[in-house]
Amino acid sequence: MEGVLKVNKSLCDVCGTCVSVCYVSAIVVKEFEINIDNEKCIKCLNCVKVCPFEAIEEEEK
Amino acid sequence: MIKQIAPYYDVVVIGGGPAGAVTARYAAENGASVLILERDREVGIPVRCAEGVSVTGISPFIEPDEQWICTMIKGASLHSPDGNFVEMYNNGDGYVLERRIFDRALVDLACSKGATILTKADAIGFTKNNDGEISGVQYRYLGKNYSVNCKIIIGADGIESQVGKWAGINTTIKLEDLETCVQYTVNNIKINPELCRFYFGREVSPGGYLWLFPKSEYSANIGIGICGIETKPNIGPLYYLNKFMEKNFPNASVSYTVGGGVPTKHGTDFVADHVMLVGDAARQVNPITGGGIVQAMIAGRICGETCTKALQANDFSKKFMSEYEKRWDKVLGANQRFMYSVKSSFIKMSDKKFNSIVGAVKSINQDELNLHALFKVALKEEPMLVAKMATSFLASKIKFDW
Repeated sequence: MEGVLKVNKSLCDVCGTCVSVCYVSAIVVKEFEINIDNEKCIKCLNCVKVCPFEAIEEEEK
Repeated sequence: MIKQIAPYYDVVVIGGGPAGAVTARYAAENGASVLILERDREVGIPVRCAEGVSVTGISPFIEPDEQWICTMIKGASLHSPDGNFVEMYNNGDGYVLERRIFDRALVDLACSKGATILTKADAIGFTKNNDGEISGVQYRYLGKNYSVNCKIIIGADGIESQVGKWAGINTTIKLEDLETCVQYTVNNIKINPELCRFYFGREVSPGGYLWLFPKSEYSANIGIGICGIETKPNIGPLYYLNKFMEKNFPNASVSYTVGGGVPTKHGTDFVADHVMLVGDAARQVNPITGGGIVQAMIAGRICGETCTKALQANDFSKKFMSEYEKRWDKVLGANQRFMYSVKSSFIKMSDKKFNSIVGAVKSINQDELNLHALFKVALKEEPMLVAKMATSFLASKIKFDW
Protein backbone atom coordinates (compact mmCIF):
# COMPACT_ATOMS: atom_id res chain seq x y z
CA MET A 1 0.00 0.00 0.00
CA GLU A 2 1.42 3.35 -1.06
CA GLY A 3 -0.18 5.35 1.73
CA VAL A 4 1.35 8.00 3.95
CA LEU A 5 1.14 8.22 7.72
CA LYS A 6 -0.54 11.22 9.22
CA VAL A 7 -1.07 12.33 12.79
CA ASN A 8 -4.60 13.11 13.83
CA LYS A 9 -3.86 16.13 16.00
CA SER A 10 -7.16 15.97 17.81
CA LEU A 11 -6.19 12.54 19.17
CA CYS A 12 -2.42 13.00 19.60
CA ASP A 13 -1.13 13.60 23.15
CA VAL A 14 2.45 14.33 21.94
CA CYS A 15 3.73 11.63 24.30
CA GLY A 16 6.57 10.59 21.98
CA THR A 17 5.93 6.85 22.23
CA CYS A 18 5.86 6.60 18.41
CA VAL A 19 9.31 8.23 18.23
CA SER A 20 10.83 5.50 20.41
CA VAL A 21 9.77 2.59 18.17
CA CYS A 22 10.73 4.10 14.81
CA TYR A 23 13.67 2.21 13.33
CA VAL A 24 14.48 4.85 10.74
CA SER A 25 14.18 8.00 12.87
CA ALA A 26 11.35 9.26 10.68
CA ILE A 27 9.42 10.73 13.62
CA VAL A 28 10.39 13.72 15.75
CA VAL A 29 8.69 15.95 18.26
CA LYS A 30 8.97 19.50 16.98
CA GLU A 31 7.29 22.58 18.40
CA PHE A 32 4.99 20.36 20.50
CA GLU A 33 3.80 18.39 17.51
CA ILE A 34 4.64 14.94 16.16
CA ASN A 35 6.24 15.16 12.72
CA ILE A 36 6.41 12.10 10.46
CA ASP A 37 8.81 12.20 7.53
CA ASN A 38 7.06 10.00 4.98
CA GLU A 39 10.13 10.06 2.72
CA LYS A 40 12.09 8.19 5.40
CA CYS A 41 9.16 6.04 6.61
CA ILE A 42 9.37 2.32 5.74
CA LYS A 43 5.72 1.64 6.70
CA CYS A 44 6.53 -0.86 9.43
CA LEU A 45 3.54 0.65 11.29
CA ASN A 46 5.16 0.20 14.70
CA CYS A 47 4.11 3.74 15.56
CA VAL A 48 0.50 2.98 14.60
CA LYS A 49 0.50 -0.09 16.85
CA VAL A 50 1.88 1.59 19.98
CA CYS A 51 0.13 4.96 19.90
CA PRO A 52 -1.96 5.03 23.11
CA PHE A 53 -4.72 7.01 21.41
CA GLU A 54 -4.42 5.48 17.93
CA ALA A 55 -3.73 8.92 16.54
CA ILE A 56 -1.57 7.80 13.61
CA GLU A 57 -3.57 7.01 10.52
CA GLU A 58 -2.63 5.69 7.11
CA GLU A 59 -3.95 7.77 4.25
CA GLU A 60 -3.88 7.53 0.48
CA LYS A 61 -1.10 9.66 -0.96
CA MET B 1 15.73 39.87 36.69
CA ILE B 2 16.38 36.93 34.37
CA LYS B 3 19.67 35.20 34.86
CA GLN B 4 21.79 35.54 31.73
CA ILE B 5 22.61 32.39 29.84
CA ALA B 6 26.40 32.20 29.51
CA PRO B 7 28.03 31.30 26.17
CA TYR B 8 29.66 28.24 27.74
CA TYR B 9 28.76 25.58 30.35
CA ASP B 10 30.75 22.50 31.25
CA VAL B 11 27.58 20.42 31.06
CA VAL B 12 24.31 21.02 29.20
CA VAL B 13 21.46 18.78 30.34
CA ILE B 14 18.60 18.35 27.90
CA GLY B 15 15.43 17.68 29.86
CA GLY B 16 14.42 18.81 33.35
CA GLY B 17 12.77 15.65 34.71
CA PRO B 18 14.19 13.59 37.60
CA ALA B 19 17.00 12.13 35.46
CA GLY B 20 18.19 15.53 34.24
CA ALA B 21 17.73 17.30 37.56
CA VAL B 22 19.67 14.70 39.56
CA THR B 23 22.47 14.55 36.99
CA ALA B 24 22.67 18.36 37.04
CA ARG B 25 22.77 18.44 40.79
CA TYR B 26 25.63 15.96 41.20
CA ALA B 27 27.63 17.60 38.42
CA ALA B 28 27.05 21.10 39.86
CA GLU B 29 27.77 19.99 43.41
CA ASN B 30 31.28 19.06 42.35
CA GLY B 31 31.95 22.38 40.70
CA ALA B 32 30.80 21.96 37.11
CA SER B 33 28.87 24.77 35.47
CA VAL B 34 25.57 23.27 34.38
CA LEU B 35 22.69 24.44 32.20
CA ILE B 36 19.39 22.53 32.04
CA LEU B 37 17.29 23.08 28.91
CA GLU B 38 13.62 22.27 29.46
CA ARG B 39 11.25 22.24 26.50
CA ASP B 40 8.06 22.93 28.44
CA ARG B 41 7.06 26.14 30.13
CA GLU B 42 7.76 24.59 33.50
CA VAL B 43 9.33 21.41 34.78
CA GLY B 44 7.06 18.59 35.90
CA ILE B 45 4.43 19.00 33.19
CA PRO B 46 2.74 17.27 31.55
CA VAL B 47 2.72 14.51 34.17
CA ARG B 48 3.09 11.19 32.33
CA CYS B 49 3.43 9.02 35.39
CA ALA B 50 1.49 6.86 37.85
CA GLU B 51 3.44 8.71 40.57
CA GLY B 52 4.18 5.74 42.84
CA VAL B 53 7.65 5.34 44.38
CA SER B 54 9.14 3.38 47.25
CA VAL B 55 10.29 5.40 50.25
CA THR B 56 13.62 3.58 50.39
CA GLY B 57 14.13 4.25 46.69
CA ILE B 58 13.95 8.03 46.81
CA SER B 59 15.14 8.73 50.35
CA PRO B 60 18.86 8.81 49.38
CA PHE B 61 18.11 11.73 47.07
CA ILE B 62 15.69 14.12 48.73
CA GLU B 63 14.20 14.86 52.13
CA PRO B 64 10.51 14.00 52.22
CA ASP B 65 8.26 17.04 51.94
CA GLU B 66 4.49 16.96 52.38
CA GLN B 67 4.21 19.38 49.45
CA TRP B 68 4.95 16.58 47.01
CA ILE B 69 3.61 13.61 48.97
CA CYS B 70 -0.03 12.89 48.14
CA THR B 71 -0.47 9.69 50.07
CA MET B 72 1.57 7.26 52.15
CA ILE B 73 1.22 3.72 50.82
CA LYS B 74 1.32 0.82 53.27
CA GLY B 75 0.50 -2.11 51.05
CA ALA B 76 -0.63 -3.48 47.75
CA SER B 77 -3.36 -5.75 46.52
CA LEU B 78 -2.89 -8.11 43.61
CA HIS B 79 -6.07 -8.92 41.65
CA SER B 80 -6.36 -12.00 39.44
CA PRO B 81 -8.65 -12.23 36.39
CA ASP B 82 -11.29 -14.28 38.28
CA GLY B 83 -11.87 -11.35 40.67
CA ASN B 84 -9.90 -12.86 43.54
CA PHE B 85 -7.36 -10.65 45.29
CA VAL B 86 -4.76 -10.73 47.99
CA GLU B 87 -3.61 -7.80 50.12
CA MET B 88 -0.01 -7.58 51.23
CA TYR B 89 1.60 -5.37 53.82
CA ASN B 90 4.93 -5.31 55.66
CA ASN B 91 7.01 -4.86 52.56
CA GLY B 92 8.14 -1.28 52.87
CA ASP B 93 6.21 1.94 52.45
CA GLY B 94 5.63 3.98 49.36
CA TYR B 95 4.54 7.43 48.34
CA VAL B 96 2.16 8.55 45.68
CA LEU B 97 3.77 11.76 44.53
CA GLU B 98 2.57 15.06 43.18
CA ARG B 99 5.04 14.92 40.30
CA ARG B 100 4.60 18.50 39.24
CA ILE B 101 5.86 19.67 42.62
CA PHE B 102 8.35 16.84 43.09
CA ASP B 103 10.09 17.54 39.78
CA ARG B 104 10.37 21.20 40.64
CA ALA B 105 11.87 20.36 44.03
CA LEU B 106 14.55 18.27 42.29
CA VAL B 107 15.38 21.11 39.90
CA ASP B 108 15.45 23.60 42.79
CA LEU B 109 17.93 21.30 44.50
CA ALA B 110 20.13 21.28 41.38
CA CYS B 111 19.91 25.06 41.12
CA SER B 112 20.79 25.43 44.80
CA LYS B 113 24.08 23.67 43.93
CA GLY B 114 24.72 26.17 41.15
CA ALA B 115 22.93 24.77 38.09
CA THR B 116 20.92 27.09 35.82
CA ILE B 117 17.64 26.16 34.16
CA LEU B 118 16.04 27.66 31.07
CA THR B 119 12.44 26.64 30.32
CA LYS B 120 10.70 26.90 26.96
CA ALA B 121 14.07 25.94 25.51
CA ASP B 122 13.80 23.13 22.96
CA ALA B 123 17.09 21.48 21.97
CA ILE B 124 17.29 20.99 18.21
CA GLY B 125 20.77 19.59 17.60
CA PHE B 126 24.47 19.63 18.38
CA THR B 127 26.98 22.18 17.23
CA LYS B 128 30.33 20.88 15.97
CA ASN B 129 33.77 22.46 15.67
CA ASN B 130 35.95 22.48 12.54
CA ASP B 131 37.22 18.98 13.35
CA GLY B 132 33.65 17.66 13.41
CA GLU B 133 33.77 17.20 17.16
CA ILE B 134 30.66 17.99 19.24
CA SER B 135 31.10 21.45 20.76
CA GLY B 136 27.67 22.44 22.02
CA VAL B 137 23.91 22.43 21.71
CA GLN B 138 21.54 24.36 19.47
CA TYR B 139 18.18 25.19 20.93
CA ARG B 140 15.08 27.13 20.11
CA TYR B 141 13.86 29.61 22.71
CA LEU B 142 10.88 31.94 22.30
CA GLY B 143 10.90 31.65 18.54
CA LYS B 144 14.64 32.15 17.95
CA ASN B 145 17.57 29.76 17.56
CA TYR B 146 20.53 29.96 19.93
CA SER B 147 23.58 27.87 20.65
CA VAL B 148 25.56 27.24 23.78
CA ASN B 149 29.03 25.68 23.97
CA CYS B 150 29.78 22.84 26.35
CA LYS B 151 32.00 19.83 26.95
CA ILE B 152 29.34 17.31 27.91
CA ILE B 153 25.76 16.92 26.70
CA ILE B 154 23.33 14.93 28.84
CA GLY B 155 20.36 13.43 27.03
CA ALA B 156 17.65 13.31 29.70
CA ASP B 157 14.98 13.89 27.09
CA GLY B 158 12.69 11.00 27.86
CA ILE B 159 11.05 8.29 25.80
CA GLU B 160 11.15 10.42 22.63
CA SER B 161 14.88 11.08 23.10
CA GLN B 162 16.57 12.75 20.16
CA VAL B 163 19.95 13.22 21.83
CA GLY B 164 20.85 9.55 21.51
CA LYS B 165 19.93 9.58 17.84
CA TRP B 166 22.01 12.71 17.20
CA ALA B 167 24.95 10.97 18.87
CA GLY B 168 24.52 7.82 16.79
CA ILE B 169 23.32 5.66 19.70
CA ASN B 170 20.64 3.14 18.73
CA THR B 171 17.76 3.84 21.10
CA THR B 172 14.95 2.20 19.12
CA ILE B 173 12.66 0.09 21.30
CA LYS B 174 11.24 -3.22 20.06
CA LEU B 175 7.47 -3.58 20.35
CA GLU B 176 7.80 -6.44 22.86
CA ASP B 177 9.92 -4.17 25.08
CA LEU B 178 7.42 -1.34 25.21
CA GLU B 179 4.25 -0.85 27.23
CA THR B 180 1.71 1.51 25.71
CA CYS B 181 -0.18 3.28 28.47
CA VAL B 182 -3.16 5.48 29.19
CA GLN B 183 -3.99 6.89 32.59
CA TYR B 184 -6.92 8.73 34.07
CA THR B 185 -6.75 10.78 37.22
CA VAL B 186 -10.19 10.28 38.66
CA ASN B 187 -12.26 11.47 41.59
CA ASN B 188 -15.68 10.71 42.98
CA ILE B 189 -14.56 7.23 44.04
CA LYS B 190 -14.13 5.72 47.49
CA ILE B 191 -10.94 3.77 48.11
CA ASN B 192 -8.43 2.81 50.77
CA PRO B 193 -5.82 5.58 50.41
CA GLU B 194 -3.02 3.38 51.79
CA LEU B 195 -3.34 0.57 49.28
CA CYS B 196 -2.09 0.39 45.72
CA ARG B 197 -3.97 -2.06 43.54
CA PHE B 198 -2.69 -4.10 40.63
CA TYR B 199 -4.96 -5.98 38.21
CA PHE B 200 -3.71 -8.73 35.91
CA GLY B 201 -5.02 -10.88 33.10
CA ARG B 202 -5.32 -11.22 29.34
CA GLU B 203 -8.79 -9.64 29.34
CA VAL B 204 -7.74 -6.86 31.71
CA SER B 205 -4.35 -5.82 30.45
CA PRO B 206 -2.58 -8.18 28.03
CA GLY B 207 1.17 -8.29 28.56
CA GLY B 208 1.03 -5.65 31.26
CA TYR B 209 -1.07 -4.63 34.22
CA LEU B 210 -3.63 -2.12 35.33
CA TRP B 211 -2.86 0.04 38.34
CA LEU B 212 -4.76 2.11 40.84
CA PHE B 213 -2.59 4.45 42.88
CA PRO B 214 -4.58 6.47 45.42
CA LYS B 215 -4.09 10.22 45.51
CA SER B 216 -6.58 10.53 48.38
CA GLU B 217 -9.53 8.64 49.81
CA TYR B 218 -11.57 9.94 46.87
CA SER B 219 -9.16 10.15 43.95
CA ALA B 220 -6.56 8.05 42.20
CA ASN B 221 -4.38 7.57 39.18
CA ILE B 222 -5.94 4.65 37.34
CA GLY B 223 -3.94 3.55 34.35
CA ILE B 224 -2.99 0.67 32.18
CA GLY B 225 0.00 -0.53 30.25
CA ILE B 226 -0.29 -3.20 27.59
CA CYS B 227 2.55 -4.77 25.70
CA GLY B 228 3.31 -3.24 22.30
CA ILE B 229 2.74 -6.59 20.57
CA GLU B 230 -0.76 -6.97 22.06
CA THR B 231 -2.57 -4.03 20.47
CA LYS B 232 -5.15 -4.41 17.72
CA PRO B 233 -7.02 -1.72 15.79
CA ASN B 234 -9.47 -0.06 18.21
CA ILE B 235 -8.32 -2.42 20.97
CA GLY B 236 -5.51 -0.55 22.66
CA PRO B 237 -4.88 0.66 26.23
CA LEU B 238 -7.77 3.12 26.10
CA TYR B 239 -10.22 0.34 25.24
CA TYR B 240 -9.10 -1.81 28.18
CA LEU B 241 -9.04 1.11 30.60
CA ASN B 242 -12.56 2.19 29.68
CA LYS B 243 -13.77 -1.39 30.05
CA PHE B 244 -12.27 -1.53 33.54
CA MET B 245 -13.74 1.83 34.55
CA GLU B 246 -17.24 0.90 33.39
CA LYS B 247 -17.11 -2.30 35.38
CA ASN B 248 -15.44 -1.04 38.55
CA PHE B 249 -15.91 2.73 38.86
CA PRO B 250 -18.85 3.71 36.66
CA ASN B 251 -19.43 6.95 38.61
CA ALA B 252 -15.86 8.19 38.60
CA SER B 253 -15.21 11.55 37.00
CA VAL B 254 -12.01 11.93 35.03
CA SER B 255 -10.08 15.14 35.64
CA TYR B 256 -6.95 14.26 33.66
CA THR B 257 -6.19 11.92 30.77
CA VAL B 258 -2.68 11.16 29.62
CA GLY B 259 -0.93 8.68 27.34
CA GLY B 260 2.63 7.51 27.18
CA GLY B 261 5.08 4.74 26.51
CA VAL B 262 7.22 2.87 29.01
CA PRO B 263 10.34 0.98 27.93
CA THR B 264 10.85 -2.37 29.64
CA LYS B 265 14.40 -3.13 28.55
CA HIS B 266 17.38 -0.95 29.34
CA GLY B 267 19.52 0.35 26.52
CA THR B 268 22.89 -1.19 25.86
CA ASP B 269 24.71 2.06 25.09
CA PHE B 270 24.41 5.14 27.27
CA VAL B 271 27.56 6.92 26.13
CA ALA B 272 29.09 8.46 23.01
CA ASP B 273 31.88 11.04 22.66
CA HIS B 274 30.76 14.11 24.68
CA VAL B 275 27.31 12.58 25.26
CA MET B 276 25.62 10.55 28.01
CA LEU B 277 22.00 9.38 28.15
CA VAL B 278 20.10 9.04 31.41
CA GLY B 279 16.62 8.01 32.57
CA ASP B 280 13.94 7.11 30.04
CA ALA B 281 16.26 8.32 27.26
CA ALA B 282 18.59 5.44 28.21
CA ARG B 283 15.56 3.18 28.76
CA GLN B 284 16.52 2.87 32.44
CA VAL B 285 13.22 1.58 33.80
CA ASN B 286 12.26 -1.31 36.06
CA PRO B 287 11.24 -3.92 33.46
CA ILE B 288 8.42 -5.33 35.57
CA THR B 289 6.83 -2.36 37.26
CA GLY B 290 7.69 0.19 34.60
CA GLY B 291 8.84 2.48 37.43
CA GLY B 292 11.48 4.91 36.24
CA ILE B 293 11.91 7.62 38.86
CA VAL B 294 14.26 5.84 41.24
CA GLN B 295 16.15 4.30 38.34
CA ALA B 296 16.59 7.74 36.80
CA MET B 297 17.86 9.18 40.06
CA ILE B 298 20.38 6.41 40.64
CA ALA B 299 21.68 6.71 37.09
CA GLY B 300 21.61 10.51 37.36
CA ARG B 301 23.88 10.46 40.35
CA ILE B 302 26.38 8.19 38.64
CA CYS B 303 26.14 10.21 35.45
CA GLY B 304 26.66 13.51 37.30
CA GLU B 305 29.68 12.13 39.12
CA THR B 306 31.09 10.89 35.82
CA CYS B 307 30.77 14.44 34.46
CA THR B 308 33.01 15.61 37.30
CA LYS B 309 35.64 12.99 36.55
CA ALA B 310 35.61 13.70 32.83
CA LEU B 311 36.03 17.43 33.48
CA GLN B 312 38.92 16.79 35.88
CA ALA B 313 40.63 14.55 33.33
CA ASN B 314 39.60 16.83 30.43
CA ASP B 315 38.62 13.62 28.61
CA PHE B 316 35.15 13.46 27.06
CA SER B 317 35.65 10.37 24.94
CA LYS B 318 33.18 7.52 24.90
CA LYS B 319 35.95 5.35 26.31
CA PHE B 320 36.57 7.53 29.37
CA MET B 321 32.94 8.32 30.09
CA SER B 322 31.86 4.69 29.75
CA GLU B 323 32.79 4.49 33.44
CA TYR B 324 29.19 5.65 33.85
CA GLU B 325 27.94 2.48 32.14
CA LYS B 326 30.24 0.30 34.21
CA ARG B 327 29.15 1.82 37.52
CA TRP B 328 25.49 1.66 36.47
CA ASP B 329 25.95 -1.99 35.64
CA LYS B 330 27.54 -2.65 39.02
CA VAL B 331 24.67 -1.03 40.92
CA LEU B 332 21.69 -2.00 38.75
CA GLY B 333 22.75 -4.23 35.89
CA ALA B 334 22.26 -7.68 37.41
CA ASN B 335 18.94 -6.61 38.91
CA GLN B 336 17.78 -5.21 35.56
CA ARG B 337 18.71 -8.32 33.61
CA PHE B 338 17.01 -10.59 36.09
CA MET B 339 13.87 -8.48 36.14
CA TYR B 340 13.86 -8.45 32.38
CA SER B 341 13.94 -12.23 32.23
CA VAL B 342 11.04 -12.36 34.67
CA LYS B 343 9.14 -9.80 32.60
CA SER B 344 9.59 -11.87 29.48
CA SER B 345 7.78 -14.80 31.14
CA PHE B 346 5.26 -12.52 32.83
CA ILE B 347 3.94 -11.00 29.61
CA LYS B 348 3.07 -14.50 28.38
CA MET B 349 1.41 -15.72 31.60
CA SER B 350 -2.08 -17.23 31.23
CA ASP B 351 -5.14 -16.15 33.17
CA LYS B 352 -5.31 -19.62 34.70
CA LYS B 353 -1.84 -19.15 36.17
CA PHE B 354 -2.70 -15.72 37.60
CA ASN B 355 -5.84 -17.18 39.18
CA SER B 356 -4.10 -20.13 40.76
CA ILE B 357 -1.30 -18.03 42.21
CA VAL B 358 -3.55 -15.41 43.79
CA GLY B 359 -5.89 -18.17 44.99
CA ALA B 360 -3.06 -20.06 46.66
CA VAL B 361 -1.58 -16.98 48.28
CA LYS B 362 -4.99 -16.03 49.64
CA SER B 363 -5.09 -19.17 51.75
CA ILE B 364 -2.24 -17.85 53.88
CA ASN B 365 -3.18 -16.22 57.17
CA GLN B 366 -2.88 -12.41 56.83
CA ASP B 367 -0.57 -12.22 59.86
CA GLU B 368 1.81 -14.60 58.19
CA LEU B 369 1.47 -13.11 54.76
CA ASN B 370 4.70 -11.52 53.78
CA LEU B 371 6.91 -11.91 50.79
CA HIS B 372 8.51 -14.99 52.25
CA ALA B 373 5.15 -16.75 52.53
CA LEU B 374 4.16 -15.60 49.08
CA PHE B 375 7.41 -16.95 47.81
CA LYS B 376 6.72 -20.41 49.24
CA VAL B 377 3.30 -20.60 47.61
CA ALA B 378 4.42 -19.16 44.32
CA LEU B 379 7.26 -21.61 44.21
CA LYS B 380 4.76 -24.44 43.84
CA GLU B 381 2.83 -22.61 41.13
CA GLU B 382 5.51 -20.89 39.16
CA PRO B 383 9.02 -21.26 40.50
CA MET B 384 10.69 -17.92 41.16
CA LEU B 385 8.54 -15.88 38.89
CA VAL B 386 5.73 -14.42 40.92
CA ALA B 387 7.51 -13.91 44.18
CA LYS B 388 10.14 -11.82 42.49
CA MET B 389 7.43 -9.98 40.66
CA ALA B 390 5.72 -9.10 43.91
CA THR B 391 9.01 -8.10 45.47
CA SER B 392 9.62 -5.65 42.70
CA PHE B 393 6.17 -4.14 43.10
CA LEU B 394 6.35 -3.68 46.81
CA ALA B 395 9.84 -2.69 47.70
CA SER B 396 13.05 -1.46 46.26
CA LYS B 397 15.61 -4.15 46.95
CA ILE B 398 18.45 -2.32 45.34
CA LYS B 399 21.50 -2.04 47.50
CA PHE B 400 23.09 1.35 47.23
CA ASP B 401 26.62 0.34 46.55
CA TRP B 402 28.13 3.48 45.09
